[in-house]
Amino acid sequence: MGMAFSFFSVIGLMLVAYLGAGLAGWHYLFGVIIPYVAFAIFLAGLAYRVVKWARAPVPFRIPTTAGQQKSLPWIKASPLENPSTTAGAVGRVALEVLFFRSLLRNTRMELHRGPRLAYHWEKWLWLGGLLFHWSLLVILLRHLRFFTDPVPAFVSWLEGLDGFFRFGLQALYLTDILIVGAVTYLFLRRVVIPQVRYISLPADYFPLFLILGIAATGILMRYFFRVDITAVKELAMGLATFRPFVPEGIGVLFYIHLFFVCVLVSYFPYSKLVHMAGIFLSPTRNLPNDSRARRHINPWNYPVKVHSYEEYEEEFRDKMKMAGLPVEKE
Amino acid sequence: MNDFRYIITGLVLFIVLVTFPLWTRAGKAAPAPVPSLETQAIQQLEEKQCVEGTEYMRANHMSLLEEWRNQVVREGKRTYVAGNGKEYEMSLQKTCLQCHSNKSQFCDQCHNYLGVQPDCWTCHIEPKES
Repeated sequence: MGMAFSFFSVIGLMLVAYLGAGLAGWHYLFGVIIPYVAFAIFLAGLAYRVVKWARAPVPFRIPTTAGQQKSLPWIKASPLENPSTTAGAVGRVALEVLFFRSLLRNTRMELHRGPRLAYHWEKWLWLGGLLFHWSLLVILLRHLRFFTDPVPAFVSWLEGLDGFFRFGLQALYLTDILIVGAVTYLFLRRVVIPQVRYISLPADYFPLFLILGIAATGILMRYFFRVDITAVKELAMGLATFRPFVPEGIGVLFYIHLFFVCVLVSYFPYSKLVHMAGIFLSPTRNLPNDSRARRHINPWNYPVKVHSYEEYEEEFRDKMKMAGLPVEKE
Repeated sequence: MNDFRYIITGLVLFIVLVTFPLWTRAGKAAPAPVPSLETQAIQQLEEKQCVEGTEYMRANHMSLLEEWRNQVVREGKRTYVAGNGKEYEMSLQKTCLQCHSNKSQFCDQCHNYLGVQPDCWTCHIEPKES
């Protein structure tokens, strides 16, 4: 159900771009207005989410992480798994963000006859996720060649590295193959594994299909149905310099690609995709475990109004005596 | 609450990085490339038309060159019949560069603009411009 809904949503979006930019010829709407609006939604939405998270109180350090805490000198501590310093915590977040360390520890649990519990080595999700995210980053950075003039040296360098192989006369980008492979794997995983399929929602399938659509239109444009790439860059530079201008003769495939990207980007802050920002705020990753070395006082403690027993006895002494209750002071 | 300023610093840093293409030129216009057609050979042409139409050539010249490469090097065929029935010799040096002898004014205009580095000149001899 969720799968079909997401799939047809993406098909519908493609039709919107095809009808709007292709048949109706609303190039200014699809080439200038929608991209600006989508980018503004992305930045404002992301800032809104992060500021909202930043306001939430996180008073406690979470010590139950996988690794020996720093204690006596003859007990070997694990400074990256269970850091006691800020530098260690930065390292732990960096490992999480760059190499998905928590996911590397993923195991699969199965109950066999006996009954016997078995934990399986399961690295495929980690590998698929890592390949997908790194490919996406490289592809995003490669696209800087459309938004900068002159093109920075690191973009050309990255392109040279990524385009090591050839497809005919032009570079065959490794990341193009990797991202399609990885997203397909991430999708198939949801379909094939019954437990994962059971918990998958439209919000899980939709970004996968959308990203697959973006990758597919990009690959088609690059290797099979060429669009006028100089005109594409003129459009992109017009957007980047706030002098919007729509050159003639860009194929409809480009507008579908751009519309998909706009949808993804504006959907970003309001969906699970915002884990891009959220991962930095994981309390089990970004707080050094020094709760036994330093005293943490809750920063928003306020003076609590108390009524001590002495005050209580002062107030009710007569009544207590009359009721025959014992009192401390006569 | 102590972390509020770190989180905001991170957020601001991210927004600055993401908008890098917007502030790097500070709103200055980026001139589009103008590939020059001012060569003697083109001036002498009666009908200023490339092997195929301009629209097609702008988007697909690399595919055409690849097809020519395969036809000549792998199939041994050297004659190209264009869409309008005209015949051309499939040769970068004898056909393309005959008219477009101004590499720095023509090819490099768009290639540099887009940061494209075609490997034509790893096999062919780069033309000397007079």
